[in-house]
Amino acid sequence: QKLPAKVNPQFFVADKLTSYKDVTTYNNFYEFGTDKADPARNAHTLKTRPWTVSVEGLVNKPKVWDIDALLKLAPMEERIYRFRCVEGWSMVIPWIGYSLSHLIKASEPQGSAKYIEFISLADPKQMPGVNSRVLNWPYTEGLRLDEAMNPLALLTFGLYGEVLPNQNGAPIRINVPWKYGFKSAKSIVKIRITDKEPATSWKVSAPYEYGFYSNVNPEVNHPRWSQATERRIGAEGGMFAPKIKTLPFNGYAEQVAHLYKGMDLRKFY
Amino acid sequence: MKALLIGIGLLPLVRLIVLGYQDDLTANPIEFITRSTGTWALVFLCLTLAITPLRRLTGINQLIQYRRTLGLFVFFYACLHFSIWFWLDHSLIFSEMIIDVIKRPFITVGFISFVLLIPLALTSNQWAVKKLKRSWARLHQLIYLIAPLVILHYFWHKSGKNDYFTVSIYGAILLILLALRLRPRLKL
Repeated sequence: QKLPAKVNPQFFVADKLTSYKDVTTYNNFYEFGTDKADPARNAHTLKTRPWTVSVEGLVNKPKVWDIDALLKLAPMEERIYRFRCVEGWSMVIPWIGYSLSHLIKASEPQGSAKYIEFISLADPKQMPGVNSRVLNWPYTEGLRLDEAMNPLALLTFGLYGEVLPNQNGAPIRINVPWKYGFKSAKSIVKIRITDKEPATSWKVSAPYEYGFYSNVNPEVNHPRWSQATERRIGAEGGMFAPKIKTLPFNGYAEQVAHLYKGMDLRKFY
Repeated sequence: MKALLIGIGLLPLVRLIVLGYQDDLTANPIEFITRSTGTWALVFLCLTLAITPLRRLTGINQLIQYRRTLGLFVFFYACLHFSIWFWLDHSLIFSEMIIDVIKRPFITVGFISFVLLIPLALTSNQWAVKKLKRSWARLHQLIYLIAPLVILHYFWHKSGKNDYFTVSIYGAILLILLALRLRPRLKL
């Protein structure tokens, strides 16, 4: 199903795009199984209509949005982002959506608001993986509100000119391209504005390995592997292509480094 | 019969080559090949260790002549597993590989298992059996150390996803195969 969008040249990466096939068959979406091929195999059971997203918490205008209303909240843009998984691989993906800030502004956060929490669907009837205890369900992610207001943070509805395939987090997900991929919650049903740091799923599950911030940082290694390099999926030269150097903030330092001024990013990993 | 076994043992490699030729090794071929060769090394390790209990249970003594072939397939797939990691993850840079071995326990135990397999593979010939006499058997008892190390390697690998199902199956199989060896000594 096509999703028309205007290319936003401001958000563009010159790297070769990862193929549609790779983007849609190599996924971490544990609600459908822990193997990378599981989501593409199993996510057909996800029903993306009707779908609502409840925006609540410290906002003046809490609202249960219908997905079709959200699709019309702001003009759709196509943006080409790097996507860096914490596991050490990366892709380049043409996403479709608009800045998350549009939705936040429409909800009018109160003065005490400091964080935003994203809660994904966790329905065992549609999502076989939810029956296993790999993580605490529902999948929960979060950002500081100023991070979420950065224009790079993308409320995402599609990729490659089409609505999101189920395995990529249909019908609505976010993309935070300067952070590891797991920060970009999929199939979101609830967005909560809070004054406390949300208890995010991976941090709860393994606090020594995954922090709240999880900015892409070649200098802070994962306890079990290095983050200095990455393997670009579908790179020129095929499987024998050398790994590439990982960039600070995944190459988006110019846009986001100021958000972390004065912070020790080794401590706040 | 032995030729047939060698043919069968090569099938996992043939499969990888065919999949590679069809561009069907998933989006991350290196990961796929690394995991596949690791799994097959483990499968052949189970098969190798199954020979002795099987021989005792069935009384078919000829089974022993296939143990060496199976054992060499453990080494063969472990070699592929190691080489791909050394080549494509570390670009054949020895110092970088060693840093990885030291820093990551999961790599450490995998690497030790591989290194320990080398003397076993090198002495898998009639000449070495004769030359080493009784110490040959003692040397090859290293496999009882390698087996749990390999399981630990796999366990730590899977711990990232809290997904212990497959590794516990292999662990249980190896545990049973090792426990069956204790029986005669316990005179049950």
